[in-house]
Amino acid sequence: MLNNFVMPDLYPAAPEIFLLLMSFVVLFVDLIFGATRRWMAAMLTVITLIGCAAITLVYSDGQTTLTFSNMFVDDLLSDFLKLVTYLAVIMMLVYSRQYMADRGLDKGEFYLLVLYATLGMMVMISAASFLTMYLGLELMSLSLYGLVAIDRDSTRGTEAAMKYFVLGALASGLLLYGMSMIYGATGSLEIGGVAQALYQGQAEKPVLVFGLVFLVAGVAFKLGLVPFHMWIPDVYHGAPTTVTMFIGSAPKLAAFAMALRLLVYALFGLAVDWQKMLLIMAVLSIGLGNLAAIAQTNIKRMLAYSAISHMGYMVLGLMSGVVGGQIDAFTAVNAYSSALYYTVAYVLMSLGAFGMVLLLSRAGYEAENLEDFKGLNKRSPWFAAMMLIIMFSMAGIPFFIGFFAKFAVLLAAIKAGYTAVAVIAVMFSLIGAFYYLRVVKLMYFDTPVDSAPITAGLDLRLLLSLNGLAVAAFGVFPDAVMMVCTTALMRSL
Amino acid sequence: MNSQLLSLAIWVPILGAVPVFWIGSERRTLVRWLSLAVAVAGFLVTLPLYTGFDATLSGMQFVEQAPWITRFNVQYLLGVDGISMPFILLNSLITVLVVLAGWEVIEDKQAQYMGAFLVMSGLMNGIFCALDGVLFYVFFEASLIPMYIIIGAWGGPNRVYAAFKFFLYTLLGSLLMLVALIWLFLESGGSFNILDWHQLRIGMAPQILIFIAFLVSFAVKVPMWPVHTWLPDAHVEAPTGGSVVLAAIALKLGAYGFVRFSLPIVPDASHHLAPLIISLSLIAVIYIGFVALVQTDMKKLIAYSSISHMGFVTLGFFIFNQIGVEGALVQMISHGFVSAAMFLCVGVMYDRMHSRMIADYGGVVNTMPKFAALFVFFSMANSGLPATSGFVGEFMVILGAIKFNFWVGFAAATTLILGAAYTLWMVKRVVFGDVGNAHVAELKDIGSRELLVLGLLAVCVLAMGLYPFPFTEVMHASVDNLLKHVAVSKL
Repeated sequence: MLNNFVMPDLYPAAPEIFLLLMSFVVLFVDLIFGATRRWMAAMLTVITLIGCAAITLVYSDGQTTLTFSNMFVDDLLSDFLKLVTYLAVIMMLVYSRQYMADRGLDKGEFYLLVLYATLGMMVMISAASFLTMYLGLELMSLSLYGLVAIDRDSTRGTEAAMKYFVLGALASGLLLYGMSMIYGATGSLEIGGVAQALYQGQAEKPVLVFGLVFLVAGVAFKLGLVPFHMWIPDVYHGAPTTVTMFIGSAPKLAAFAMALRLLVYALFGLAVDWQKMLLIMAVLSIGLGNLAAIAQTNIKRMLAYSAISHMGYMVLGLMSGVVGGQIDAFTAVNAYSSALYYTVAYVLMSLGAFGMVLLLSRAGYEAENLEDFKGLNKRSPWFAAMMLIIMFSMAGIPFFIGFFAKFAVLLAAIKAGYTAVAVIAVMFSLIGAFYYLRVVKLMYFDTPVDSAPITAGLDLRLLLSLNGLAVAAFGVFPDAVMMVCTTALMRSL
Repeated sequence: MNSQLLSLAIWVPILGAVPVFWIGSERRTLVRWLSLAVAVAGFLVTLPLYTGFDATLSGMQFVEQAPWITRFNVQYLLGVDGISMPFILLNSLITVLVVLAGWEVIEDKQAQYMGAFLVMSGLMNGIFCALDGVLFYVFFEASLIPMYIIIGAWGGPNRVYAAFKFFLYTLLGSLLMLVALIWLFLESGGSFNILDWHQLRIGMAPQILIFIAFLVSFAVKVPMWPVHTWLPDAHVEAPTGGSVVLAAIALKLGAYGFVRFSLPIVPDASHHLAPLIISLSLIAVIYIGFVALVQTDMKKLIAYSSISHMGFVTLGFFIFNQIGVEGALVQMISHGFVSAAMFLCVGVMYDRMHSRMIADYGGVVNTMPKFAALFVFFSMANSGLPATSGFVGEFMVILGAIKFNFWVGFAAATTLILGAAYTLWMVKRVVFGDVGNAHVAELKDIGSRELLVLGLLAVCVLAMGLYPFPFTEVMHASVDNLLKHVAVSKL
């Protein structure tokens, strides 16, 4: 038995292995120094992620390498997505330092769960088989359930975690069921194998489509698309703001990778079928997300609905890859890279928006109502300007990155012939503009209710400024990020 | 010829706004003088555009080209022709006046106020010289942000409503335009160059759709009846400077859009739907003229008069003859001066009385003779008195309209009566007569700063009325070229 064992090539998975090993170090360090020097765990976590980034960069050769019996892939796309993920997680950690410390939540388990969730995302991003995908997804989700409930005394947090867990388990079940159907039809769990089987046309179509429906439902749950969006507002609202920030940023990249790997890499042969499903969900998400956000008074809930609508726009790009059953590489790259660009842009904006909420919070006070933004321009013109940039960017107003993300997606949709859908999407973004404008109105036109000085630490201030300026700078010079997204996708398809 | 003049016109005010924001509102004197310096510098860099302009050429001049978003072949492509160049000068001049007008009046957050206007000025210059569809759109939409803040932060009691209405109305139009721009990009095989689009052949059905998308966008901005309702609200609530920029420049963006996009890109649809536009324009001229007549709020009256005057502009464009189009362009510039002056005049009175109601005034001439003289002069220009700039544009458009169709010209000519009626009646009630009440009796005449601002505008209005040749000269070749282009079917 042992003689048949071939040592897999470990290099493509080097960042994952490094992160896993380091997580043990964090665990031990927290065990020994946890009570006295809490910053050590945080520091080590950040160092771990920087190390991962370095390893990813060093081993990134632009080649597509499969390993672990074709279950794990390392390509340019995965490298890029992982790098953005590390960045998002590091930013989240810096943003959350003071907030967690003020509330006594900066315990070792927080950093460990963050690391394991990150590991799960990395596995999802690099998954080349349905099993690996599922493994990564569960690792990420279970860590996130724990994170949502990290404040054990908060009933809202516990409730949110419970909801998240039950619905998430259901979605995982759906996904697994869909995977098994497709396995039954194609006889393969590998993404390449499934694609091959579809290409040869041996698989039975009804079984495939049946499985596809479940698969799409699972993916839609993770992306938070209507009608699988129910968990988003409650979880965003109930979780501690730093955890909300975490859920609202890096996992979107992993979910994007999951959608891309499963639907495009594996089931491209069924694109005509899943495009229709995505189309309906995209329009519903854009519509419901934007309409429901208007009614919110809690900024975390507002951003939750805004997240739903943003994922709707992203999917608009994802579903525009194939025109009328005709496969054309240019259109496909155009569409999928626009969705990738949208996701990256959204993560950047989302981090900034939640960073603002953290900026205004302080020990014993959660600034999570819209009212807390009143008169911010009087309290701090600089950060009001940062929030202005982020809000207008989310609304899709130039010169900010959000505009070019919408632009790329709309271009892909119109190119695929979905002009009417594009018109509907822009009309809803007009409605969406209203609630982003309202935040700007609160900051600039109203007088402050809360006149306490902003006490956030220098690290948060600096990062938030950089974040806001990045949203603006990548809007004035959008070319670089767009090109990176396109290249990463083109070289990995 | 490659020069950086247009980039300077855009970026000098925008970058100049950064130190203004940075200094903050505590150091008021410094902020004011710095803002003025930036605004004047912004105006000075645009002067070579006029002196170096070759009026015999119809093509784009001062062209600058650089790749911007290579992924979608979007270029940083700037250039002006005789149609757009005057507006850059007008805009930069108005910015100087607006800075002066806000000198003492704005007490709250003055640095942000000045900075917002400087940013706005640069963005609007960008709109007038962008020759790339995306670049144009980006400037077009970005200019909403400072105006939204200006109305909302320094406006009147109902400012929040007005600011939202302004923003959402304009966004509605521009989003449809974005779809049209992307469609044109794909149809032209991957170019966002507006001049390429001018040569693009398009079928009738898509032409109509594109025309409608552009129409919604530009009609809101002009504003044309029936999508004009945001304007009176925005004008009434905006601070004086905001009203001035809105009326003098922002409204021109919509009209400019027709000339740069609708007419040359979809000429057949423009011809086909011209009766619609002409009808809407005449409704604006006549119906809105009557609406202006019954206003009790001076700012609202001038706002309606703006809509009515802008009706003349759209009318002039869609009768497709040289004198009509040139008249419309002259009318745009003239309206830039006159409406700015009118709003500044109301601002002068409002600063003293804190009322815009006609009924609260009466006999202002007794206490403010210098001001009254200027106000009456601008009112005459607003009602189109010969020898003022208001007359030239209106007269040319009416001539063009009569050439096109007698009854259209006849209907348009009623503005000479209506315009005179609502403007002069207001002047009569506000300026003349006995001193209306105790507040009016205490009014102080305008100081040298206000005199300088209004005097400059008066010179412009008079110069343009007496000798419009320098203005029409530069636009002649471009308008000629435009009309030749529009006359050729693209089907």
